[in-house]
Amino acid sequence: MTVRKNQASLTSDEKRRFVAAVLELKRNGRYDAFVTTHNAFILGDTDNGERTGHRSPSFLPWHRRFLLEFERALQSVDASVSLPYWDWSADRSPRSSLWAPDFLGGSGRSRDGQVMDGPFAASAGAWPINVRVDGRTYLRRALGAGVRELPTRSEVDSVLAMATYDMAPWNSASDGFRNHLEGWRGVNLHNRVHVWVGGQMGTGVSPNDPVFWLHHAYIDKLWAQWQRRHPGSAYLPGGGTPDVVDLHETMKPWNDTAPADLLDHTAYYTFDALDADRPARAVAG
Amino acid sequence: MPELSRRRALTAAAVVAGAPFAAATAARAAEPHHDAHGGSHDSPESFDEVYRGRRIQGRPATGSGHHHGGGYAVYVDGVELHVMRNADGSWISVVSHYAPVSTPRAAARAAVDELQGARLEPFPAG
Repeated sequence: MTVRKNQASLTSDEKRRFVAAVLELKRNGRYDAFVTTHNAFILGDTDNGERTGHRSPSFLPWHRRFLLEFERALQSVDASVSLPYWDWSADRSPRSSLWAPDFLGGSGRSRDGQVMDGPFAASAGAWPINVRVDGRTYLRRALGAGVRELPTRSEVDSVLAMATYDMAPWNSASDGFRNHLEGWRGVNLHNRVHVWVGGQMGTGVSPNDPVFWLHHAYIDKLWAQWQRRHPGSAYLPGGGTPDVVDLHETMKPWNDTAPADLLDHTAYYTFDALDADRPARAVAG
Repeated sequence: MPELSRRRALTAAAVVAGAPFAAATAARAAEPHHDAHGGSHDSPESFDEVYRGRRIQGRPATGSGHHHGGGYAVYVDGVELHVMRNADGSWISVVSHYAPVSTPRAAARAAVDELQGARLEPFPAG
């Protein structure tokens, strides 16, 4: 069974294997297909039209399935690899080990935002940005430049306290847990993290930065935590909603899985710890 | 494409005389038309200016097959920038997708800021 771990508690061997598997997917072309799919949904999901991957109730199950596909691809390269998650409410500095040269590399240089260290730096030669919205073919970041602060634990808690999964009009104007977690409304969790990282992470082709997966793995974990806090709260809407994926409706692009099939993450993976905030560090002392 | 980016950046620097004009209009553009956003989707006005050395244009789009911006098209140096209008009237673009701004002109300027002189790729037709 796959166990998703806090990135901060990975051993050097786990980091090395994760990086190697990601680089292999890049080399064989499978990685860029994920970027293309994400951008297609970013462009296509609209508040007043069909919406599936973003700004809609299916934001969470869509990304859960998207991450599962990516994780399975990683495991086809190295069966020991699972997706780590980045708790940005705890590891909230550009000096975090997440951004060290042995893992994701650091922020971009000021002149052009180019990441200059780590396995995904253009200079390392293994990470061309092929699916892009502008002419630049190198990975860029500007950690903390677009917005100064990552969300705090108390801001996360304020969103986890929202008992209703989602509400009409089921888009970026909605009240409720999903839209506050996504960030179009309120304290802004998920969207703000994209902006904080900057570079490609701020664009429709955000999966060009491998931190995309660690960010979404934590968003996914927050969904699981929310379910534990609100066992009586269900995915909404339950049926008959135009342009919106209802509980038992299948989702594009897979067309074989409904949100109902993805509500229980334990059918696919578990977390190192779901209730405690920083279990691995507590153990490590 | 670093060479291209650098050339673009130098070109932008050479045309920086356009910047004061852009700065002068920045405050006005930043004011959202709140009264026009009350759920109605009337299109914002057209604009055409040089911002940080690059021409940005916006205009209502007719017969839009692929536009999701409520029938409004934005261009940077003649290349279309995919923009989208949110339910609350704010705007985003494909190069600044998670940070809503108040007008399509503000989205165009945010795109120029983010591009740092790089050319925009025409977005895929589908």
